Amino acid sequence: MSRAGMKLQLQHLGLAALAIAAVALPAAVIARQSAAPVGLQPVSAFAGIADPAARSAAIFTEMGKVLTHPRCLNCHPRTDRPRQGDAMALHNPPVVRGNAKGEGAPGLQCSTCHGPRNVAFANGTGSIPGHPLWHLAPIEMAWQGKSLREICEQLKDRRRNGGKTLAQIHEHNANDTLVGWGWNPGPGRTPAPGTQAQFGALTKAWIDTGAKCPT
Amino acid sequence: MAIDFQLNGKPASFAGDPETPLLWVLRDHLGLTGTKYGCGVAQCGACTVHLDGKNRRSCVTPVGTIAGKSVTTIEGVTGKTAEAVRAAWVGLDVPQCGFCQSGQGMSAIGLLTAKPKPTDDDIDHAMAGNICRCATYVRIRQAIKDAAGVKGVRA
Repeated sequence: MSRAGMKLQLQHLGLAALAIAAVALPAAVIARQSAAPVGLQPVSAFAGIADPAARSAAIFTEMGKVLTHPRCLNCHPRTDRPRQGDAMALHNPPVVRGNAKGEGAPGLQCSTCHGPRNVAFANGTGSIPGHPLWHLAPIEMAWQGKSLREICEQLKDRRRNGGKTLAQIHEHNANDTLVGWGWNPGPGRTPAPGTQAQFGALTKAWIDTGAKCPT
Repeated sequence: MAIDFQLNGKPASFAGDPETPLLWVLRDHLGLTGTKYGCGVAQCGACTVHLDGKNRRSCVTPVGTIAGKSVTTIEGVTGKTAEAVRAAWVGLDVPQCGFCQSGQGMSAIGLLTAKPKPTDDDIDHAMAGNICRCATYVRIRQAIKDAAGVKGVRA
């Protein structure tokens, strides 16, 4: 091949790479952290509510700041498509729920891209989130588009919460490391409000006051 | 400390920063340039390799996370499924510019390894993360069907 021909071919390869990169950077992936972390009120902040049922519902409403946060909602979809980023855009690439464990389709599983931990992009800002058990919540645990009351009722329903008792729900909220990822989501994502310890304490207080749901 | 792993069936080692993406190690340190850099953020699929037999984007895989594991690249992928994919790709003359095709081929082999007789939806779902700027998608889908010996219902 002539030198000019080779140069032209290399230019084509370069253009191809640029074109791929240009279409491959949706805003949800490269978006910078858009909001400052929000805190959670401690359990003691609800001590002034005398009626235990009202106190319980108020505590759950505080828990709702976490439950309805993008870090949680994105992977509790009511369809077979997860969302991503603080703007909760549809996940790109357009992955699907796949197998019964929500691990993605054969050939394009969550683990095709998501590793055992968060990984900062090598070529700029942002990161790809990761956890050893990265997967979608089962369809019966779908939260997107639901009111806080509906999510609350769903959380208590053993047919829709993975067969968990309230004590197991507390354990899940307080100690599960995939839940805990929500407070350590890596660069480019706003963490869930407060801390997992605070979320666990609120969950325990909610259960101890009767696990009432907000109206 | 060096990170040891299997690469295309042979021992390989990398003694640099364990955060270095596997793609950088393959291309810049071990000279295997068949795996391509497209976006660097797991959005295009050009860097797809097999990690312990499954599709994996090497641009977001720190080499430190693959110690003791087995990596297969387009240069080293072998076996009946790989041969069938290669023959189907040649038969349909799938590539145009070709830049994305090593990733496309590796994803296709990964799909057929996991699901030897895929439906149209299986193919679309598996290949959704591999972008082709020349839009060879229809030929890619047909080549996968040819390699699998299935007809499907869509072009």
